[in-house]
Amino acid sequence: MTPTAMTQKSVATESGHSSSRSEKRLLWVLLLPAVLFMLFVIGIPMVYSFYLSFTDFSLSSTTHKFIGLQNYIQLLTQDPLFWASFGRTVLFMTLAVNIEFLLGLGIAQLMAKVIRGQGLLRTLMMMPMMFAPILVGFQFKWFFNAQIGLVNNALFTITGEPHIIAWLVDRPLGFIAILIAEIWMGTPFMVIILEAGILSLPTEPFEAAEVDGASGWSKFKMLTLPMLMPFIYTAMAIRSLDLARAYDVVQIMTGGGPANRTELIWTYVNRLAFGQHQFALATAMSYITVLLSFVFTWYLFRNLVKSRWAGGKD
Amino acid sequence: MAAFSSERRSRRRTRTSDRLRNALLWAIVIVWFLPALWIILTSVRLRTEIDTHPPIWIPRTLTLDSYKILFGMPTPEGAFGLGGSIPVAQYARNSIVVALVSTAIAIVVGTLAGYAFSRFNFRGKQSLFLLFMLGRAIPGIALSLPLFVLFARVKLSDTLPGLILVYVALTIPFTAWLMDGFFRAIPEELDDAARIDGCSHWGAFWRVALPLALPGAAASAIFAFLTCWNEFALASTITRTPKSRTFPPALFEFTGQFVSDWRGMTAMAVLMLIPAVVFVAVIQRQLMEGLTTGATKG
Repeated sequence: MTPTAMTQKSVATESGHSSSRSEKRLLWVLLLPAVLFMLFVIGIPMVYSFYLSFTDFSLSSTTHKFIGLQNYIQLLTQDPLFWASFGRTVLFMTLAVNIEFLLGLGIAQLMAKVIRGQGLLRTLMMMPMMFAPILVGFQFKWFFNAQIGLVNNALFTITGEPHIIAWLVDRPLGFIAILIAEIWMGTPFMVIILEAGILSLPTEPFEAAEVDGASGWSKFKMLTLPMLMPFIYTAMAIRSLDLARAYDVVQIMTGGGPANRTELIWTYVNRLAFGQHQFALATAMSYITVLLSFVFTWYLFRNLVKSRWAGGKD
Repeated sequence: MAAFSSERRSRRRTRTSDRLRNALLWAIVIVWFLPALWIILTSVRLRTEIDTHPPIWIPRTLTLDSYKILFGMPTPEGAFGLGGSIPVAQYARNSIVVALVSTAIAIVVGTLAGYAFSRFNFRGKQSLFLLFMLGRAIPGIALSLPLFVLFARVKLSDTLPGLILVYVALTIPFTAWLMDGFFRAIPEELDDAARIDGCSHWGAFWRVALPLALPGAAASAIFAFLTCWNEFALASTITRTPKSRTFPPALFEFTGQFVSDWRGMTAMAVLMLIPAVVFVAVIQRQLMEGLTTGATKG
């Protein structure tokens, strides 16, 4: 990654006063701090955990030895729980990101047209973004509590009969509960990004369509949606990455249980590393997942970077 | 005449549909806000009104008892719950120091990097940028495994500098990404003009591009601050004792093995929310402007 051959785009052509060496030095000054932080806090630890994943390291023993690919083989061939939690994570991510997108687009559309009270509406809507994910976890664990939870209480008040629904325990309900918590937390981000997108759209095409007598729906389909694509792409990319890392909320609400019914990949990693003293196995598992999400990130951001850097600044 | 009245009718129809749309939006926003409201409301209830059957929806009296208990002050209820034994002031101090220092460093470092990405061409630029983004793709829990072992070795476990170091690295990628977008929205000709007038490249950055990108830096600061303020997975592995513990892992202290002090937890939750809400309420307009001018544009 050394910035060896570099040119300064527009000034280079007309510059007598900027030597390439001082340009190069400036580039180093600008980039070096970021590179050092990333190297020491993320680069080196990730290399170290890569090494650990080939050993039998555990927190309870003082020595460890190299065991080759054994951890990886065990996970990929002998651990149905790994594949189950992996599949569940993908399902969780897909459902959450799409529901959040549809809700977010609808709310953003409404929000962009409001004239009065926009600041208040936006601040209220953004509240969940300020909640720590772990707090969201505790909060919804409490709301979905079978005995004292808000949800069952509300059902009692509405129907007049006591409901003791074990939201966090029963099979599809637990998954739905963690999905609701995640959607509550994630939708506001979609709203903000998409509203920013809608507000930045040029007005002329819409005025022209108005003159032509286009309906609201066809304006939305033919104008808003295509012009909004870069924003949709950004918002969904960022949220997908967040959801691929989903941990805090689920860890608190169900801890992946009961009986692994809501186990996602990262709650499983946590259980292996700190609960079952299989630290090295957990690093191997997190490596498999991180590599897969690297492929995903690489794909998403390569497209994103390409469109931003190729399109220039218009 | 006919044309006039039909125009008026259509205007009236627009106004009705506007009103409907507003009502719908307010309804959605209020539903979305309810869980947050419930947290705030619970923190100012009497403890006798919590967990009752049948539920008491609207509190009959409001009280600050839960906050007083949190800060070890005497209340009519006594020191009910787990709140009294928790060093809240210490956690607040740790959280504030960690979030502010990390955000400040990340904004400076990320802005420099963002400028480099937006104005320079160099070999491996795209790869370096993508490497940064990959850094963001690593979940806290995956990073916490090696950091748990390594930080113990270099004596950074359970220290504020250790946590700050991690948070800076965690927030740099997104900051650099946003700042790259903001700098791109500023015409490069302005930099060039300053340099023709005799500024060095650094001078052009410092006197021309940076001041124009400051609203963008404010937007980036929100995201960085919220990330650091609310992060849990790494904080819980790096901070082992109250000496360096921040708010998010401290929430656990309200859950006992058999009973949980939900009201005490909501009181601390509200304390956690105050800085974030103030920050966002003050800056939301700039945030929207910042986002609209191009940071998220593909």
